[in-house]
Amino acid sequence: MSAVDTQPPTVTEAVTTRGRSGAGRTRASRPTAPKGRGPRARKSPLLLVVMVVITVYSLLPLFYLVVNATKSQADLLSTFGLWFGPDFSLFQNIGETLTYDNGIYLQWLGNTVLYVVVGAGGATLLATVAGYGMAKFRFPGRRAVFAIVLGAIAIPGTALAVPTFLLFSAVGLTNTPWAIILPSLISPFGMYLIWTYAVDAVPTEVIEAARMDGAGEFRIFFTIALRLLAPGVVTVLLFAVVATWNNYFLPLIMLSDPKLYPLTVGLNQWSAQAVGVSAHPIYNLVVTGSLLTIIPIVIAFLFLQRSWQSGLAAGSVKA
Amino acid sequence: MHKRLRRGLSALAIGVTATIALAACASGGSSSGGSSDDMTKALEKGGTITYWSWTPSAEAQVAAFEKAYPKVKVKLVNAGTGNDQYTKLQNTIKAGSGAPDVAQIEYFALPQFALADSLVDLKSYGFDSLESKYGAGTWQSVDLDGKVYGLPQDSGPMAMFYNKKTFDEAGITTPPKTWDEYVADAEKIHASNPNAYIAADSGDAGFTTSMIWQAGGRPFEVKGTDVSVNLQDGGTKKWTSTWNQLVEKGLLSQTPGWTDDWYKQLGNGEIATMVTGAWMPGVLESSVKDGSGNWRVAPIPTYDGSSDVTSNNGGSAEVVMKQSKNPALAAGFLKWLNSSQDSIDVFLKSGGFPSTKAQLSSSSFTAEKPEYFGGEAINETLSKASSDVAEGWQYLPFQVYANSVYADTVGQAYQNKTDLNAGLEAWQKAIVKYGNEQGFKVTSK
Repeated sequence: MSAVDTQPPTVTEAVTTRGRSGAGRTRASRPTAPKGRGPRARKSPLLLVVMVVITVYSLLPLFYLVVNATKSQADLLSTFGLWFGPDFSLFQNIGETLTYDNGIYLQWLGNTVLYVVVGAGGATLLATVAGYGMAKFRFPGRRAVFAIVLGAIAIPGTALAVPTFLLFSAVGLTNTPWAIILPSLISPFGMYLIWTYAVDAVPTEVIEAARMDGAGEFRIFFTIALRLLAPGVVTVLLFAVVATWNNYFLPLIMLSDPKLYPLTVGLNQWSAQAVGVSAHPIYNLVVTGSLLTIIPIVIAFLFLQRSWQSGLAAGSVKA
Repeated sequence: MHKRLRRGLSALAIGVTATIALAACASGGSSSGGSSDDMTKALEKGGTITYWSWTPSAEAQVAAFEKAYPKVKVKLVNAGTGNDQYTKLQNTIKAGSGAPDVAQIEYFALPQFALADSLVDLKSYGFDSLESKYGAGTWQSVDLDGKVYGLPQDSGPMAMFYNKKTFDEAGITTPPKTWDEYVADAEKIHASNPNAYIAADSGDAGFTTSMIWQAGGRPFEVKGTDVSVNLQDGGTKKWTSTWNQLVEKGLLSQTPGWTDDWYKQLGNGEIATMVTGAWMPGVLESSVKDGSGNWRVAPIPTYDGSSDVTSNNGGSAEVVMKQSKNPALAAGFLKWLNSSQDSIDVFLKSGGFPSTKAQLSSSSFTAEKPEYFGGEAINETLSKASSDVAEGWQYLPFQVYANSVYADTVGQAYQNKTDLNAGLEAWQKAIVKYGNEQGFKVTSK
């Protein structure tokens, strides 16, 4: 088998710009992107205003969440939504959130972590292996794989949820953790990203040199390629973690036992409790629970962002 | 709260799963047909059953049951409130496994599951003999086509809850007895305080159908899979001619029900009345503390002002699912759950409104004078309402879906402050179209 750079056919840049800032290679394919011609970019008041608006728009819900997590259910209803109430009940709310209904929140948290670690972790591993293989090996049917992967990226996960449900119910896997984990393992976008990234990041010469020295393909992959791919892998991992952490629709239709719920569906159940004959609103817990839910993902983002940024930079200086 | 998005998503889920349910019509579980004897034996022998419910008192009821029948283990699962749970229930029916033995289903959704042959007919277990225990209006909700598909848990005869403080501030001394007076009061309240409205109604299918029911309309007629729809019958038009005045003049608060804002306005008096089921006091007392002392209860206004007539709004029955592997035990649990004194006592303590005549008329119940309602004996009014429920109402066998598209049709009329009749006609079209697609024979009248 000869190792060659097998870049995916055309249509590349539209997707890959998120992974690396495609320095100079196919610029022509995205003419509208701001180019920043010189080292000193011009200041644009309009752009500033737009950015300020976007910033406020993005941060306002977060601000609302923080402010309202400090209010009791009664204050939540009787005080102004965007400022603090008379009493500071944050810690009481947190305590109640963690203990309500025999501590089901912690169970949901554990489930979410399980789905993320196994689902997103597995997705990243599979995407890396497959993407590397596509980039560095030539084999029959490669173009077909390309077409399938690109098609898979185009289909939103929500549209696949119902067919997936029918499939899983036929094999008796609904209402089990597998119903969430298995679909999460598939990340066509991640695979495509690694594919394009691996073409440049892992020089074919290095692979050939390793082969000359007698290294097997798996050894080459795990000891050499994986390290060179690290920034790309982190990007894929980040996307997968966020997607799995926030996964809502799939678990909503797959699971019926609240003990298997991830946080998203569980919080929605708490929210829905405010409706109907035996309504019992616990908006303070929904808000506090939501705040707690985003903390791990924010931390993950901050941590991974460092290597993500270096990955972006590393990608851009190679040409 | 992203109510609209949530609704959209669940509508999607319901739409999909309802299709599934009918397609899977024939595939029931063990249909059996045990006897009342089997039920007693099963309770003695013991076993494990699963019970899906979102009723707050369910946990305490199950505990009491397990104490009385120590050999039976009941696994209680809260699989979601209302529509969320129906979606999951449909999913398990389609999947052919995973359904609970006993489930809570609201009256409006019951025909959907009954017609899809997903529920056990409890007649063979002797449940038809329990009929006399329940009010006629409530019993009709579980007795469909001569089969008993469930046992009523609670009931929701409509009454008018009103905020006395808001009424006083607007100079209204007595609660409205007729709908004409109600409309006149709506003007007064909004004139005296521009933030206050007679009621919050931004379009709610359950409320609309109950109001049509009260006005004498019977828009849905169901015989097996033959359905006829007429959302322009006499009763319906009677209701729209009243309600149009409120909608078109902007006299209704557009705060969506059950949101944080809605709870807030119930507390601060900006929503002056609620025409709703008799289960409302429990919700008010536990979740609208700010309104304490201000709320009162009066009979629902009528069109002619002479004879009291009302309808039901909300309330659920529990059912035994066909998938149950131990229907006799499930039926035994259900009978205890919704007809035994022990269980009903627990239910009432949690603020529920009973469905059983004995409780409705017991003097300890009617004589209660909650502080929250200014020390008035509200249960007397509510109990009276339960005997004034008009008979002969039917829900669609796909009411869950119909209600989910209500916002897209009648809801538009509310939003644009235009004629409700046009919205109802659009709703009817959507109902007929969907029903025929699902294999029903739906005719428009």
